[in-house]
Amino acid sequence: MKSESRFQQSPSPAQQSLLSSRRWRPWEPLLWLAAFALPLLLPAHAFIVNEIAIVALFAISLDMVLGYTGIVSLGHAAFFGMGAYTAALFAKHVMPDPIVGLAVGIAAATVLGAIFSLTIQRGSDLTRLMVTLGAALILLELANKLDWLTGGADGLQGVVMGPLLGRFEFDLSGRTAAWYSLTLLLVLFFLARRLVNSPLGATLKAIRDNRLRAMAIGIPVGSRLSVSYTVAAAMAGAAGALQAQTTGFASLDVFEFQRSADVMLILVVGGTGWLYGGVAGAIVFKLMQDFLSAITPQYWTFWLGLFLVVLVLVGRERLIRPWTWFANGRKT
Amino acid sequence: MNAIASSQTVLRATGLVKRFGGIMATSHVSLQLQKGARHALIGPNGAGKTTLVNLLTGVLDASEGQIALEGHDITHLSPHQRVRRGLVRTFQINQLFDSLTPLETLALTVSLDQGVGAKWWQPLGARRAVAERCDQLLEQFHLTSVKDQPTRVLAYGKRRLLEIAIALACEPRVLLLDEPVAGVPAGEREELLRTVANLPAEVSVLLI
Amino acid sequence: MLTILFDGIAYGMLLFILAVGLAVTMGLMNFINLAHGAFAMAGGYITVLLMQRLDVPFLVCLPLAFIGAALLGAVLERTLYRPLYHKPHLDQVLFSIGLTFMAVAATDYFMGSTQQIIQLPSFLRGRTELGSGNWILGMGHYRLFIIAVCAALTVALQLVLARTRFGSRLRASVDDQRVAAGLGINVNVVFLTTFAFGSGLAGLGGALGAEVLGLDPIFPLKFMIYFLIVVAVGGTSSITGPLLAALLLGIADVSGKYYIPKLGAFIVYCLMILILVWRPQGLFVRRGGRP
Repeated sequence: MKSESRFQQSPSPAQQSLLSSRRWRPWEPLLWLAAFALPLLLPAHAFIVNEIAIVALFAISLDMVLGYTGIVSLGHAAFFGMGAYTAALFAKHVMPDPIVGLAVGIAAATVLGAIFSLTIQRGSDLTRLMVTLGAALILLELANKLDWLTGGADGLQGVVMGPLLGRFEFDLSGRTAAWYSLTLLLVLFFLARRLVNSPLGATLKAIRDNRLRAMAIGIPVGSRLSVSYTVAAAMAGAAGALQAQTTGFASLDVFEFQRSADVMLILVVGGTGWLYGGVAGAIVFKLMQDFLSAITPQYWTFWLGLFLVVLVLVGRERLIRPWTWFANGRKT
Repeated sequence: MNAIASSQTVLRATGLVKRFGGIMATSHVSLQLQKGARHALIGPNGAGKTTLVNLLTGVLDASEGQIALEGHDITHLSPHQRVRRGLVRTFQINQLFDSLTPLETLALTVSLDQGVGAKWWQPLGARRAVAERCDQLLEQFHLTSVKDQPTRVLAYGKRRLLEIAIALACEPRVLLLDEPVAGVPAGEREELLRTVANLPAEVSVLLI
Repeated sequence: MLTILFDGIAYGMLLFILAVGLAVTMGLMNFINLAHGAFAMAGGYITVLLMQRLDVPFLVCLPLAFIGAALLGAVLERTLYRPLYHKPHLDQVLFSIGLTFMAVAATDYFMGSTQQIIQLPSFLRGRTELGSGNWILGMGHYRLFIIAVCAALTVALQLVLARTRFGSRLRASVDDQRVAAGLGINVNVVFLTTFAFGSGLAGLGGALGAEVLGLDPIFPLKFMIYFLIVVAVGGTSSITGPLLAALLLGIADVSGKYYIPKLGAFIVYCLMILILVWRPQGLFVRRGGRP
């Protein structure tokens, strides 16, 4: 009955406003087309395209909890690492098919996310910070101590992936890897976009803006927090699995604090609460990292730290980024 | 007051007590609200009116006492569960969603009320029933002109109207209005009070 | 076993001195300062430099480490931290992480990344043993010294908070900043002094702890979680809360690493998460305290 009325009567003014702000803008398909064309046009840089896609996916997953639900998490690497190690171990010991491995990696991260989501429901920002940080540290310790499984500090090596969909080999040019990651990024981006524009997404934003009022209009805050956190964990796990599969390697740094801090920075630079923030931040961060590491390989974290300090003092909103202003006008 | 329907007690609180450490903020308060009634709870500042509202709505846990809504014991229900059963409140200090527009806020609230608040695939505006109710509420509360602006940029008067509109969007059975005209310019007060007076007869209102 | 307990208490008291500044500033300014460990590191490196370059005796270095770190804290509070008190917690987290990265990288650049060794004065080396058999209590003299110094500081802190005018101003500002300001308390001065003092204590802790905890450029990152645990579990509304939390943490960590070395720090993290889920406001907070 609902679909009939949508087509037979003209949309109400409310409907028009709501739906129009959620449509795809014309520049978006162009952006994605350009992204997919890059490995073809710049074959030497296919690997970095791959890296950027993975980091973007990771950042978008953090946006889900941080930007859209307002949870300050310093341990998001826990899920990234979970996805990475699970996928790597799966490829090494069970079967080298990438898609199945990806699914298993995502499943593992999702389960972990669901479990840890029980810990973030109560308490202050500091408590949540601690609990998320603790989660990542526990996994780091576990990965370290269970070295017979994970290779410990040396990392898990010799992960050889089978051909994608049975046909496309992961070759040295990195093109298959780049297109693999980009496709997954697009798919998950699309799903995330539907989620944040839906009523469920609106409830998350409500929880972020005013938890008290969210409760007062009937939102079950606890369970929504869990849903958001678990979905974010799944996406982060996907990014981690991609990382392990496209590099053939998984090491302890997937769980490290640096990784959680970096992804937070990336998201903040690109802009929270706006899915393209993860993409924009990933591009800027990766390019900046390459550039700065070439100049000061050992101390580039100093400049990173300085950037963060200045960023906060100047004000995140006043970052000179035209497309951030653009998004602020119609925040999704 | 509707004399025929008023034989039903929709909200009953018995012996409510709230202690904060050594201080007894609420001391054995009992009240009954009949269906369709319009009551006012008056008292000086600091008397504990807002505490009582917080107890009734579940924001605070009562140290002692029971609360029943339409005959069902809700003493141990969480705030959002009480809202689902029709016990809705407004806040003395506006509690709004600053980054959402009034339209989005109302659409969200109506979606929750109509049971589609957990849908994740369809966009927020897809359901016609939700959109139409939003149009109604926006009209009723004179928010149509500002419906697409983020709430944080709205003037105080409009924010206050939105505050009440949100509560109405929950289709309340019992409505607790905490100082509804606080801070509202004199010219707009009439309008607001008239809207409150025009609430459906079945809704019971407690003005604080 | 008694020795483990003793070592755990020493470790815990050290953690308390290191973290108490963080607990008070968090309760006072509601500011999540992840860079607190950098002040501790500063105190440690000041001590090392004074001892190695200028042959200053260890005991003299301790108050100097306190003063140095306190000055650093005062300057940074006035210039960088103060504008950020009302910003959202995310911004504070980003800022303090950035500051930490800068401190770590700068220290690495100027001092190198190796562990710094402190030569303790001879009267602090050595060990006394009491008891026999299973109940041997081995007390390293240095750890005794740490316990003594920290206990004295704790008592002094309690006295300052409870008996002095500054203490009551501080407590008033923690309880309700606006009302305190309305009463004529200069909240800015209270903040500055408290922050400086807390940083000074951290510096002292860093100097004291260099021998026990190690001192290298990544000290702030390594121990950040421990300081945060003390604050989160102990609560920010008193100093006995963090004290008990620190002792608990110290004993748990030392015994965990001794009895089940395979799991090590894992136990501490699990314990922390369990505690925080059970009591999100911290273990030792008065009911009805500010969340």
